[in-house]
Amino acid sequence: MTLADALALLTPAIPDGTVCIHANGYIGRAGCAARDRDECFYMIGSMGLASSIGLGVALAQPRRRVLVLDGDGNVLMNLGTLATIAAQAPPNLLHVCFDNGAHASTGGQPTISDRVPLDEVARAAGYRFVGRVETRAALADGAPAFLAREGPAFLLVRIALGPPGPPAPRIPYAPEVMTARLRRALGVPGDRQGTR
Amino acid sequence: MSGGFPADRFVDRLLGAGFDFFVGVPCSLVKTPLAELERRGLYLGETREDAALGVAAGAFLAGRMPVVIMQNSGLGVSLNALGSLHLLYRIPVLLLVTWRGYQGEDAPEHLVMGDVLPRLLELFAVPFRAPLPEALEADVDWAAARMRETRRPVALVVRPGIFE
Repeated sequence: MTLADALALLTPAIPDGTVCIHANGYIGRAGCAARDRDECFYMIGSMGLASSIGLGVALAQPRRRVLVLDGDGNVLMNLGTLATIAAQAPPNLLHVCFDNGAHASTGGQPTISDRVPLDEVARAAGYRFVGRVETRAALADGAPAFLAREGPAFLLVRIALGPPGPPAPRIPYAPEVMTARLRRALGVPGDRQGTR
Repeated sequence: MSGGFPADRFVDRLLGAGFDFFVGVPCSLVKTPLAELERRGLYLGETREDAALGVAAGAFLAGRMPVVIMQNSGLGVSLNALGSLHLLYRIPVLLLVTWRGYQGEDAPEHLVMGDVLPRLLELFAVPFRAPLPEALEADVDWAAARMRETRRPVALVVRPGIFE
C-alpha cells in the first residue's frame, strides 16, 4: 500500500465538513490530488507543525471535527505536540500518521520509525484511542470507525515507500489563498483579506 | 508608573483589544501575566515555541486572535514557523517575547540572543515595540491594529521589570 493507495481508501470516508490539516512533503500533494475541499489546508513548509495547527483548530472550534494527515518524519520532528494533544485531549481531533519509514520528498532517507513505533509513542502519551493498520483491507475496514471516534485518536497507517519522485503535482493554491478559504469554510466573519 | 505594570490590567487590555487565544512557553519576565492567564483558564502551555506558533496558527484559521508568549531564546526555535507558516500564509500572531540578555546584563546563555533580538525581528520583518510600563496598553492596541491591517506577526518585547 503506497501513500496514494492509502489516501484513495481513506479520503472518501472523511465526512464532509471535516477540517483536514495536511503535513508538508508528499502528504499534502497526494492528499490534494486525492480529494480537495475548502476545509483542506496544505502545509508547504513548517515541517512537524501539522499536528500543532490541527490542535489549534480543534481547540478553537470544539464542535468541528479536525483530522491531521501526518507522516512519520513530521511526527518525529514534533513529538512534543503528541504530548500536548494527549494532555489537552480534544475530543474532536483525529490524527493519522502515514508511516513509510522514510523522508520520501527529500530522497527516501530512512527515519527511525522502524525502531520507534509511533503508535506506541502516541499510546504512551495518552491518546484516547490508538490503532495501527498495515494492509489495504484493514484500512478500508477500519477507516469509517476510526473517523467516527472520540478523540484524541491516532491511527498509524503503515505504507510502502512509493516510487522515486513526487506522487502528485505541487499544491495549486497560493498559501494565503488556503488561509482565506479555510477561514471562510469555518465561518470566520469578515474574512475578505488574504485572497488576492 | 513606579514599579511594574499590573498583570490583571495587562490581560484585560489584551482581551479588550480582541486577543482571545494564548499559548506559549514560560519566561520569568512574564510570570505574573502567565499566572493571571492561568487563573482565568485562558492559557495553553506548549512544549516548544514553534509548536506554540503552530497551535496559534490553527487558532487563527479557526477565527481566533492569538498571542504566543515566549522567552527570546524561543524566538530562535520559532524562525522556521514564522518564515514558512505565518509570513508565508499571512497568518498574524502577537509574539509576546521577553528580552533576556537585555543590555548584556544576564546569565551567559542569554547574551547572544539578547544582543541580536531587535535585529532578528527586523530581519524577519516583524514590527515590534519594547514599551515601558506607561506605554504598554497603547502598544497592545497598536499591535492589534497592526495585525488586523497587515495579517502579519507583530511583537511586543518585554524588558526586565515591566510587570509587577
